[in-house]
Amino acid sequence: MVHRLLALLLVLCLGTGAVAQDGFTPSDPDRAATGGAQTLEDILARQEQLNVDDSFRSDLTGDPEAAAPTTGQLGTRGGASDPDLWRGLRYDTADVTTQVRGPAATTLIQDGGMRWLQLRDGPVAVYGGYLLLATIALLALFYVIRGRIRIDGAKTGRTITRFQAVERFGHWLLAGSFILLGITGLVSLFGRKAIAAFQSADNPENYERAREVYATLALASKWIHNNVSWAFMIALVLIFVMWVWHNLPDRTDIKWLAQGGGIFTKHHPPAKKFNAGQKLIFWSVIVLGTSISASGLSLLFPFELPMFAATFDKINALGVPGWFGFAPLETAFAPHVEMQYAQLWHAIVSFVLMAIIIAHIYIGSVGMEGAYDAMGSGEVEEQWAREHHSIWAEKVLTEKSAAPSGSAQATPAE
Amino acid sequence: MKAMFLAFVAMGILAVGADLALDRIGFSSSDRGSGADVRLDDS
Repeated sequence: MVHRLLALLLVLCLGTGAVAQDGFTPSDPDRAATGGAQTLEDILARQEQLNVDDSFRSDLTGDPEAAAPTTGQLGTRGGASDPDLWRGLRYDTADVTTQVRGPAATTLIQDGGMRWLQLRDGPVAVYGGYLLLATIALLALFYVIRGRIRIDGAKTGRTITRFQAVERFGHWLLAGSFILLGITGLVSLFGRKAIAAFQSADNPENYERAREVYATLALASKWIHNNVSWAFMIALVLIFVMWVWHNLPDRTDIKWLAQGGGIFTKHHPPAKKFNAGQKLIFWSVIVLGTSISASGLSLLFPFELPMFAATFDKINALGVPGWFGFAPLETAFAPHVEMQYAQLWHAIVSFVLMAIIIAHIYIGSVGMEGAYDAMGSGEVEEQWAREHHSIWAEKVLTEKSAAPSGSAQATPAE
Repeated sequence: MKAMFLAFVAMGILAVGADLALDRIGFSSSDRGSGADVRLDDS
């Protein structure tokens, strides 16, 4: 069971790479009858969605050294026949010269497009969509069961500063950009499916109008997604620098987690500036946000920043696929296939982060009384601070009371 | 709230700035996908 779970995790972590390695044909068929060309078994295996080891074709791209001399009666003109050349083009090993510039211009044939499209429009869109809907449904259910988490004690009427203006600026830069990126990403992924709902034989004009509207929306989404991404990446660095110290795990986190954060009880476990739940959100944002940024940069600068072949190469070198009974991951990718992997990874990780952030937005707004003030005005009710961040509140209040008169008082709430 | 609005304004400025900068250094789709000889614009 553990073995299977680890294998599943590996598959999830590596996107489709690991899946692509699964299901090789068990043994090499005898190709003597076809003169080394593909056999009926190869074709049937491919129809069963098995990956066929086609090195018997990909390696057969001609050998000028073995060619008969051109001076001979049956001499060749080089050693690579037309089928050899086409195989070279098919497997991106031919020496191609083109007038078209661009890093991938010499790749004339690549076959990853359909597999990418089927994954993007299939499992990625479907399970990603369900993940977001399930998150929203669970939060709604939680709200029904638990209601809004209120401030239990009597409000003091005094506030203490929880976040400085620069911290709130960084947070909103990250939040605002992420929400825009999330919405525009979803428009790009689901937009065409959504307008298909307008397709009707009775009223073709409606569909035409929907297509026109979507074309404009898709264009705007692309512009926003490509350019707002910089604000997200800058904010990610800002947030990391400002808050990493406060988000290092410590012993209070274990107690906080052991008590479930006091979510279902009236008892609030002690916490510093950030509780264990917030630390999990912080590290999710940093790790997943960095991964999304890296794959996003790879997409933003097409073919310039390929990542997957190098990553898979390192994973193979560590022998990771073998731990789970997989063959080594493929590492010879056409430039376009690198882009397809980057897009799939970008979408999958983004869905996970979106689900986490939806929960974060819930608890920071309707889910908990007084939580929004921390990022709204930066000032929180003293009682709220004592209940949810008791160690931090104690420290701040002690420092305030030790400060010279005039600056020692907590600010009265307005 | 001022920090929030300031962040949203900064986001807009960064986006427009990024668009102009990337266009200038030649990272538009047309730049990456085609040579100047086959483009319809004057860039």
